[in-house]
Amino acid sequence: MNLFSDIYSVFWLDLRVMGRHWKSLIATSLVLPLLYLVAFGYGLGRGIDVDGVSYLAFVIPGIVALTAFSTSFNGASSKLQVDKMYYKSFDELLMSPVSSYAIIIGKALIGVLRGAISATAIYLAGLALAPTLLVSPLSSLIFLMLMLLSCFVFALFGVMVALLIASHHGMSNFSTLVILPMTFLCGTFFSLNQLPSIAKAVLYFLPLTHSATLLRSTVLGLPFPWLSFVGFLIFGSAFFIGCVFALKRSSV
Amino acid sequence: MESICTENLCKNYGTVKAIDNLNLSVHAGEIFGFLGPNGAGKTTTIRVLTTLTRPTSGSVSVGGYNVKDEPDKVKKMIGVVQQHLSLDRDLTVRENMEFRARIQHLNASKRKQRITELLEYVELTEFADKMVDTLSGGMKKKAAIVCSLLHEPKLLFLDEPTVGLDAQARRRLWDFVRRLNKDGTTIFLTTHYIEEAEVLCDRVGIMHHGQLIAVDKPANLREKVGSIVVETLVDNKETHYQFFANRESANAYVKGLPADVKTVIIRESNLEDVFIEQTGEKVGGQ
Repeated sequence: MNLFSDIYSVFWLDLRVMGRHWKSLIATSLVLPLLYLVAFGYGLGRGIDVDGVSYLAFVIPGIVALTAFSTSFNGASSKLQVDKMYYKSFDELLMSPVSSYAIIIGKALIGVLRGAISATAIYLAGLALAPTLLVSPLSSLIFLMLMLLSCFVFALFGVMVALLIASHHGMSNFSTLVILPMTFLCGTFFSLNQLPSIAKAVLYFLPLTHSATLLRSTVLGLPFPWLSFVGFLIFGSAFFIGCVFALKRSSV
Repeated sequence: MESICTENLCKNYGTVKAIDNLNLSVHAGEIFGFLGPNGAGKTTTIRVLTTLTRPTSGSVSVGGYNVKDEPDKVKKMIGVVQQHLSLDRDLTVRENMEFRARIQHLNASKRKQRITELLEYVELTEFADKMVDTLSGGMKKKAAIVCSLLHEPKLLFLDEPTVGLDAQARRRLWDFVRRLNKDGTTIFLTTHYIEEAEVLCDRVGIMHHGQLIAVDKPANLREKVGSIVVETLVDNKETHYQFFANRESANAYVKGLPADVKTVIIRESNLEDVFIEQTGEKVGGQ
């Protein structure tokens, strides 16, 4: 058996479960970003300019990055946590001949799928509100590719955290102390140029900052931020290595 | 031939020795029972044998393969039914089986064939498309067992297989385990039910505080402590156990008891008596 069929076997289970609840899963993941879009973009931000563009155009890619982040992270981590802690069905994967790499990627894919669906829906809603964001078909294609990359990196982040944290309480603390601050601080709703350089430097150590920067630059027709691209790939690699470490730590 | 062999196996959690220098052999083709109270180290031993937990020290081989060096070969030849069943409750029985067959690398036609065969084998065909949570406890156990049999493992681990089952379901499951064993599967099961170990297992190992304190056929273990036991209650306070090789010796002992000993029971010994004799405690922990 090759790696790809093993990855699909792992993904198959989550896909099957999602197939049963897809309407509610997608609907619930869209509520918060749509509220952000209406409240911050269409309501509060009307008539305001940031970095030379309208706030609406500025905030939409940030909300897309945020949606990719939260939906992919939660999509990958929540089912894995349930499988690991309550159903104990994750043990079955560990006792099977499926490789660690296939388990990690297979478990991340459900987060990628859910994140991609939600983020695309928010992007399309954003385009309806601010058609100027559609710079060119090529930039839209690059935007979608970067959005998929974001979903994959954040899903790996979710898998790593779910593997490392051993309790529901711990997961809840992580969400409050790490995920929630990232949601608001990583340049999703405001320009990092407004911050002191120390705060800006700290925020560059968080992956969502790079995802928001990449998506915003692409959709606003700004120069491609290669540094953020490389930084984001480093985050993705670190999360993958973290997943491998977490798996090797427990089982043989 | 040895199906499982451990040498000086230890597993520590901090200062707690969950497995303490375990030397164990399980023969191919037998039903081996691991008996002991909760916390004796039974589940930890299964987790080490099935690659889920790294041992602290010692060597472990399963089916001739070293668990540390060749875990993938071990994984291909074992089936495991955990105490918590580990079925995905968001799926049907058939979907659980399909998933487990996929991760065991069965191709599409083999998957279909084995799922159909096994559902018939345990008479779950009409429940195949029901969600797992709608099944009774006994059916869930059966579903969990057939999920672990899809790839035709040579060695099946059952961790407390009958916990939570009523008496009827428990006996049906014993018959099922015997049938599997007769069909060629080596069975390694843990239990804290004395009766289960006695009626089901060819050999029994008794665990206490992570140590294997006795291992033999149930009849031999009973013979070692004495086939007949006399229970006496002194001053309505404390039960004393006295073991004898035969009923005649036991009767002679009872005749010589002082008058203040009121309650006397003469019966055949069981594995609980073996456990008490070896440890001074009951299997339930009192």
